[in-house]
Amino acid sequence: MIKARKLNSDSIFEIFNIILMSIVILLTLYPFYFVIISSLNEPIDLLNGPVFLLPRKFSLANYSYVLRDERILKAAFITLARTVIGSLSAVLFTAAFAYGVSKQRLLGRKFFIGMALVTMYFSGGLIPSYLLIAHGLKLQGNFLVFIIPNLFSAFNAFIMMSFFRGISPEIEESARIDGANDLVIFFRLILPISLPILATITLFNGVYHWNSWFDALLYGGRKLETLQQYLVKSIQSANVNVKAASYVSTLTVSSTSVRYTTMVITAFPIVVAYPFLQRYFVKGIMIGSLKG
Amino acid sequence: MILVLPVVLWMLIFNYIPMFGLIISFKDYNPYLGPLEGFFKSPWVGFANFKEAFTDKYFLSALWNTIYYSILNLVIGFPVPIVFAILLNEITRVRFKKFVQTVSYLPHFISWVFVISFIHELLAVDNGLINEIILKLNLTEKAIPFLATPKYVPSIMVVSQVWKSFGWNSIIYIAAITSIDPTMYEAAVIDGAKRFAKIWYITLPSIKSTIVIMLIFAIGGMISPNFGLFEQMYLLSNSMIQDAAEIVDTYTYKMGIVLTRYSYATAVGLFRSVAAVILLTGANFTSRKLTGESLF
Repeated sequence: MIKARKLNSDSIFEIFNIILMSIVILLTLYPFYFVIISSLNEPIDLLNGPVFLLPRKFSLANYSYVLRDERILKAAFITLARTVIGSLSAVLFTAAFAYGVSKQRLLGRKFFIGMALVTMYFSGGLIPSYLLIAHGLKLQGNFLVFIIPNLFSAFNAFIMMSFFRGISPEIEESARIDGANDLVIFFRLILPISLPILATITLFNGVYHWNSWFDALLYGGRKLETLQQYLVKSIQSANVNVKAASYVSTLTVSSTSVRYTTMVITAFPIVVAYPFLQRYFVKGIMIGSLKG
Repeated sequence: MILVLPVVLWMLIFNYIPMFGLIISFKDYNPYLGPLEGFFKSPWVGFANFKEAFTDKYFLSALWNTIYYSILNLVIGFPVPIVFAILLNEITRVRFKKFVQTVSYLPHFISWVFVISFIHELLAVDNGLINEIILKLNLTEKAIPFLATPKYVPSIMVVSQVWKSFGWNSIIYIAAITSIDPTMYEAAVIDGAKRFAKIWYITLPSIKSTIVIMLIFAIGGMISPNFGLFEQMYLLSNSMIQDAAEIVDTYTYKMGIVLTRYSYATAVGLFRSVAAVILLTGANFTSRKLTGESLF
């Protein structure tokens, strides 16, 4: 690249641009930082006014309270369980379909692909799905309600399908000569060599599961509260009496501080995992956009 | 093959049965009969549910809000990722550029629940960050109840929407810019083009087709089920700003799930889907006529 250092307007632009981008970074990261320092501040002291840069009075009281609160722990457990079970089962289920329709010899292949394509653009919408899941299948309050309705995604299936098509047929042929059937080939051969794409999609599923709360609202009830749903209830109870939001309980923690701490816990896994996994995240969207 | 059948069955149950279920928007679905009986034996009512929606002022206001917020989102939210991608591309320090890019995607993976919780703390009357600052700077006498004032709802919506999505939405433009042939820029430099000329005459025209396609998507998706908007409005809403925070999706939710008026809510949802399909086809058609770019 030719550097035009002598052009003054150019270097001004460069400096301006770097400052602008730094502001963008600051605006993106500060909310997380703010929530963390607020959660680390002594709860009663926090009621005297927000903290900006560092906790005024450092304290782990909020965490020791939250980590002993059975309701939050249970919610965390349910969230973790649905994230792990939900994302793994969905990726297997979807991959099975994607592998099947990636084979030319499958009878009715075009029809099945069409069937999946339709689901990407049309749906019954909220109410018919709700009636089916809650009234028809009676899954309300059942842990499986988080897993089964999320098992398949046509979009992910098409991403996987284009990956499976790229696998050279000779590998499969040689396995078949060795006497392996379709199921064995799928589980022992195709899945292991497709690990990168499967990992990416599992990650996306995992984020989806971790973050979703609406199904917990619709079908979960008190029994199956997730972390996000706990947070939703916590904002809403603060909403009801906006004035009394800073009510202090005798337990030396305030509802606001507990909320900050819960926020940290709900965002923590994603923020921490993100720097390490972001390559996969970005790869995911790239594959997606090339396809679409 | 046995591998495909479970999914086909799953699709029949979880996708196609609900699609058939849309029929109840032309019926008066009676939930006490049970799902199957209710579906088949409830009386037909024709377009009565749709007629009712269009005479209900709450629905009309929700519809208007949805359109208004979508347009606002489009006008403000659409250009931001493009500008961001172009400016980011102008940064010559590679590591810094990568860092900014990585950070900018992060909010996409954070839940709306977190974002709205943060907004609640940010804009709170007591001890809210923003109120604390404007009080300290003596900009106002008293703390402003942002979350209880309807006129702030659109700004809160747009700002949080942009915060959450600008980085992620810029990926596609960054990819488009990266694929521009660098010799074009070199040739332009030889011709004496300055930075802005390069952006204007090379970068922008090169990503034009990407912009158009994304615009069709954005316009087509304007009133289609936008879960982000639903989550935002559902979580922001309180009795003070109820009217401003009501959109078609929250209305459907309230009518259907809270008030169990299943047929009516399905009709509202169906209307929205049909309108969305019309909008998408319309946007696609207009774009093909005007620019030759289209999705289908």
